[in-house]
Amino acid sequence: MCLAIPAKVVELRDADLAVIDLGGVRKEISLALVEDVRPGDFVIVHVGYALQKVDPEEAEKTLALFAGLDAPARETA
Amino acid sequence: MKYVDEFRDGELAKGIAARIAIEADPSRTYHFMEFCGGHTHAISRYGVKDLLPASVVMVHGPGCPVCVLPIGRIDMAIELAIREQAILCTYADTMRVPASGGLSLMKAKAKGADIRMVYSASDALRIAQENPGREVVFLAIGFETTTPPTALVVKQAAALGLANFSVFCNHVLTPAAISHILESPEVRELGTVKIDGFVGPAHVSTIIGSQPYDYFAEEYAKPVVIAGFEPLDVMQAILMLVRQVNEGRAEVENEFSRAVTADGNAKAKALVAEIFELRRAFEWRGLGRVPYSALRLKDEWAAFDAERRFDMPERSVPDNKACECGAILRGVKKPTDCKVFGTACTPETPMGSCMVSSEGACAAHYTYGRFRNAA
Repeated sequence: MCLAIPAKVVELRDADLAVIDLGGVRKEISLALVEDVRPGDFVIVHVGYALQKVDPEEAEKTLALFAGLDAPARETA
Repeated sequence: MKYVDEFRDGELAKGIAARIAIEADPSRTYHFMEFCGGHTHAISRYGVKDLLPASVVMVHGPGCPVCVLPIGRIDMAIELAIREQAILCTYADTMRVPASGGLSLMKAKAKGADIRMVYSASDALRIAQENPGREVVFLAIGFETTTPPTALVVKQAAALGLANFSVFCNHVLTPAAISHILESPEVRELGTVKIDGFVGPAHVSTIIGSQPYDYFAEEYAKPVVIAGFEPLDVMQAILMLVRQVNEGRAEVENEFSRAVTADGNAKAKALVAEIFELRRAFEWRGLGRVPYSALRLKDEWAAFDAERRFDMPERSVPDNKACECGAILRGVKKPTDCKVFGTACTPETPMGSCMVSSEGACAAHYTYGRFRNAA
């Protein structure tokens, strides 16, 4: 139910709407709940709404964590 | 797909599993509750359990909105569709939840009730615009993720002056449910459910942020690691929890930092606060009445509240006696402890809600794990 998927914003439209690309599938979603989204950004999409932007730097850090490249994680949000 | 595939990499999973195996102390046990159904699903689907040492035990939590929605609320929704001849719009997740009298939304629809599955709350709004002569009710369910979209459509309906649109609100709150579990006799007095830490919600936290969990870390001395729903996210969170337990720490850590901040989504939170207020108590399947655990529309938006627009007396209907959903939702029992699991109760013909949603503990175990011990 709370499932949401990261998707790339490819086009901004009027009324807070945008087109996302999800592995080749395109769909119109709403950006009404987020701010400062630009084409090329990734957003977390849930029931037709972007809930948050994906932070590419943080994603890289987490992947580095998986690979054990970091010291034990201690950063608190 | 970016931000999906790399978080499912099998080689990396082996590395994390190896670190968990090294760091987990075999002389003790680690019981971690994954609150969310999304995590339950990921753990079953990707066989995460098989990558964990015997000392690390995952306890399924109540974080599946479909599973915790009590029968009475579904009955009330069906009645709206039948008695009021309303168009009832719902997320597909709730369609097969068993209701009273052998009904479900799906079966009521087959009998002629106008029940429509929608992808988004905005679809329900569009249906109301297209059917000005009909009452259109959106069956709003879900945790903090689905709540902001519901708030938005209420506001839009008001702006559009839509007089035929209302919301049957069943939105529930994650922190209240976590508190309730920590306060439950099974955890506090009886000790039948041991919880050493929580894998915290992924997408719920994108909205509410990591800050609301500080209370659990401080007050109950339980570590919380917020984690994404991909398998590597879950495994990394487990490793971080093992480390916290080993070091005697109880902190909120954020593994899902690519989408979760301390404060969450301020815009969405402000919108929710504008439209909704706390209910004094709300019935959860499995947990009973939980204080301040759900939302209702504020008086200002009463015109869009189905419970005030229609005569909808509150109903409380007990679960089927053979069904163990209640105990499973509290982490007290496992799906396989239920007599009807996989026999009378299957995803095709569910008796209990945990078998309905793919995120329910029973459906996840039935789909991905029921032959695990067969070999």
